[in-house]
This record gives sequence, structure tokens and C-alpha cells, in this order.
Amino acid sequence: MLSILRTIWTVFRHGFARRFTVQYPEQKRTYSPRWRGRIILSRDPDGQERCVACHLCSAVCPVDCIAIQAAEGPDGRRYPEFFRINFSRCIFCGFCEEACPTCAIQLTPDAEMAEPIRQSLVYEKEDLLISGPGKVPGYNFYRRAGLEIAGQAKGEGENQKPPVDPKTLLP
Amino acid sequence: MNAILGPLITIVCVLGAVLTLAALLIWVERRLLGLWQDRYGPNRVGPFGLLQSVADMVKIFFKEDWLPPLADRAVFIIAPGIVMAVTLLSFAVVPWGPGLAVADLNVGLLFVLAMSSLSVYSVALGGWASNNKYSLLGSLRAVGQMISYEVFMGLSLLGVVLQAGSFNLSDIVEAQRGLWFCLPQCVGLGVFFVAALAETKRIPFDLPEGENELVAGFHTEYSGFKFAMFFVAEYIGVTLVSALTVVMFLGGWLGPWLHPVAWFAIKTLAVIAFIVLIRASLPRPRYDQLLALGWKLLLPLALANLLVTGAIVLAQGE
Repeated sequence: MLSILRTIWTVFRHGFARRFTVQYPEQKRTYSPRWRGRIILSRDPDGQERCVACHLCSAVCPVDCIAIQAAEGPDGRRYPEFFRINFSRCIFCGFCEEACPTCAIQLTPDAEMAEPIRQSLVYEKEDLLISGPGKVPGYNFYRRAGLEIAGQAKGEGENQKPPVDPKTLLP
Repeated sequence: MNAILGPLITIVCVLGAVLTLAALLIWVERRLLGLWQDRYGPNRVGPFGLLQSVADMVKIFFKEDWLPPLADRAVFIIAPGIVMAVTLLSFAVVPWGPGLAVADLNVGLLFVLAMSSLSVYSVALGGWASNNKYSLLGSLRAVGQMISYEVFMGLSLLGVVLQAGSFNLSDIVEAQRGLWFCLPQCVGLGVFFVAALAETKRIPFDLPEGENELVAGFHTEYSGFKFAMFFVAEYIGVTLVSALTVVMFLGGWLGPWLHPVAWFAIKTLAVIAFIVLIRASLPRPRYDQLLALGWKLLLPLALANLLVTGAIVLAQGE
């Protein structure tokens, strides 16, 4: 009997407690930078596309929502001919971001992407590409990878050593 | 002319007030539950979400009014009407202010009790006609619960009747001019309040509905407007028992400064808020616990209360 009255009193006191509801459209939470939301494709500091169309993200994607067609430019850089993410299938697991060797694909703290038409949830490359480096400033894959592209032989990039000849045993 | 028009106006006013209040209670209850659970309730439709009940009603009008194929059609359709009519009829004798009642019956209290007994039929028939085992179990529970609690709901009020010396609700209010009956009849108030909660099938005693055991109990098969009738009738029932509590124990319209009707409204709303608070805080007992509480604790309490009150009234009379 006493415990019942105590219960009622406790609940009554909650009438004066702070409310936890976030009044969503007017009042928004700030998401942390690590929030896994809308996926973007970033560019390196030189303004070139970072994506090298290695298909690692589409391979690791558990729901197969990424479609890529690889192509190669005249300077030897690989790039995606199309890069398509079907956000009606995407589960925002972030595996693509983890798999990406060039930090091209990144998840952003944006969750407001509801659409009335299902087809408009399929994002093409021009919808995904942003103009900046995203969360990884100053990183350029081709400057560090030791790959030969036009205007840069192997070992000429920053932090690169000249290639080792594995056929010789002598130092 | 006035002899006909006067009562008609009162009837329309009472009916309008009760139905509006019942519709608003849907919103009030959700807002209050939200308040006590550290959240907002519905606050989007209209100012403060006031039009939420309107939106709900519009939604429910557009729902398919479905009849189960093997249901007993006539009974199935009549059942929600019974509970609605019976609870609304009870308001005929509730005095909103001095002389402000649709019918100033000499046996007003008995009328209310009789009407609330009749509402058992609605639940029993509705559950039976649905041809659904959950509905049947729910209505079985409802009948057992409501008939048991009916007994000492009446007995707990008899103490008040003894003290006031009348079954007329207006006379009972007038008899509380010196001291509200909630003090001398505190035992009666407690017993009556528990019984009233059980009669309205509200949450600590909502075993007939029992969402997590019986889907929705007796109204599992009801949809559309017929469901709305059950739903609104529950809120009218809450208003009724709150009004009755106020009339019998909390001095009805009596109070300083304000208009009598205002006092009545304030007290009734306070009791309604308390009923919602109880819904927000207490879990549902087991069915055998419910019946044991009724027959082993509340019935003896009500009888003892009646005995002591009778003895005191007798001693004072000599």
C-alpha cells in the first residue's frame, strides 16, 4: 500500500522534471563529426577526384548498394565512369568508408534525406561529389602511393623513396 | 413553453459539454502522460496540440468499418451503442451547480449505479458477438471484474447516503456545506475510488483489455466508428466517476469566490488528472489478485464503514 503511494508520488514529481524530447524540426541535435549519415565523394587538395574505382567499397557493401564503372584517364589515373549509390538500400554501416584506400568515400553528419519518390534516392556521381577534401584534409593518394602517373615517376611524390630493385641482392 | 425549452437547453448543454470534454480528454490524457514521463505529448495539431482529438476523429471516420465474417451482426453493432448511451444517461442526474441538473431525481444515486451496471452488457455482448477467443476472454474478465466491484461501489457510497439522508445528488452536495464527506467518509472514498477505477476499466484494472495478453480484449474486433464509441465511452466513464467522486465526497459545486459550475469543473478535472496519474504510475495486477483485493479487502472495508457510519448517525439522532 505504502509502495503504491510512493510510486504515485514519484511519478507526480516527474511532472516538474526536465523533458527529454527534442522538438525535431524546430530544434535539432548537433551530430558528431563521426556520425554515419549521407555518403559523399571527396576530392584531394588539388581538386581532383580521389576515387580510383578500386571497387573495394562496392565489394564490402553488405547490401550491394554501390555500383561503379572504372575508367582510366590519359594521365594514367583511374577514375569512376559512374558512381551510383542507392540510398534506399544503404544501411549507413560505414564499411565503405573503412574500406576506401584513398579516403574518397566518406559518411557525413546529415540524416535529412527523405524523398517521396523512391527513384530519387539513387544518387549519381555528380550528386555525391563535393568540392573539398571532406574529413581528411591534405591527403592525396597519388602523391603517396608510389604509382606512376603523368608528370610524376615512381618515387617522386612526397614521403616517397625511390623504388627498390628486388632483383639485386647487394645493397 | 419555458417548461419544455429550459430542460431542453440544459440537456443540449450537458450533452455538448460531456462529449466535448470526453473528446478533449483523449488529448489531455496523452499530454499528462507525456508530462509525467518526461516528454511532451501530442503538441503538433493546432495550438498545444488541442486539435489532436479532431485529427483522431477524422482519421477514425475514414477507417474501414469492418464486421468479422462470423460475428453476430446485430449484437456486434448494438454493443458499443449500449455503453455510450448508458454512460451518457448517467449524466442526467449529475448536478453541475445548484439546480443545474437535467433530472433532479430523488433516487439519483441509484440511477447512476443502475446505469453503470447496465454497461456490463455492452462489454459482455461485444466480446461475445465478436466470435474471437481473445474478445471472449476479455469480456469474461470484464464481467467478473465489473460485477464484483459493482457490489461495494454501491456499499461504499451508502455511508455518504446515510450521512446526507438522501439519494438525491443535489441534497448530498448541500449536506456537505459544513464539511466535505471526504474526511468523515475517507474509507468510503478510498473504496469507491478503487471500485470506480475498476468500473471504468482504467489501467491498473484494465484486465478486460490487457493489451499484452489479449490483444485488445473485448474490442479486439472493433474498428472505425464502433471502436471510437468504446473509446469515447471510456473517457465519458472517467468523467462520470470523477464527477461522482466530486459530488459524493468533494463537496460538488461548493467553494468560495468562484461560480459553482467553475468549482465543479475544477474539482472534476483535478480528479480526472489524478486518475491519469494513477494510470501513469501503477502496473496491472493479476486477475486473482484483483478479485482477492475486491472480495477480501474492499468489501469488508465497505461493510465496516457502513456499520460504523450507521452507528454514529444513529447515536447522533438520539
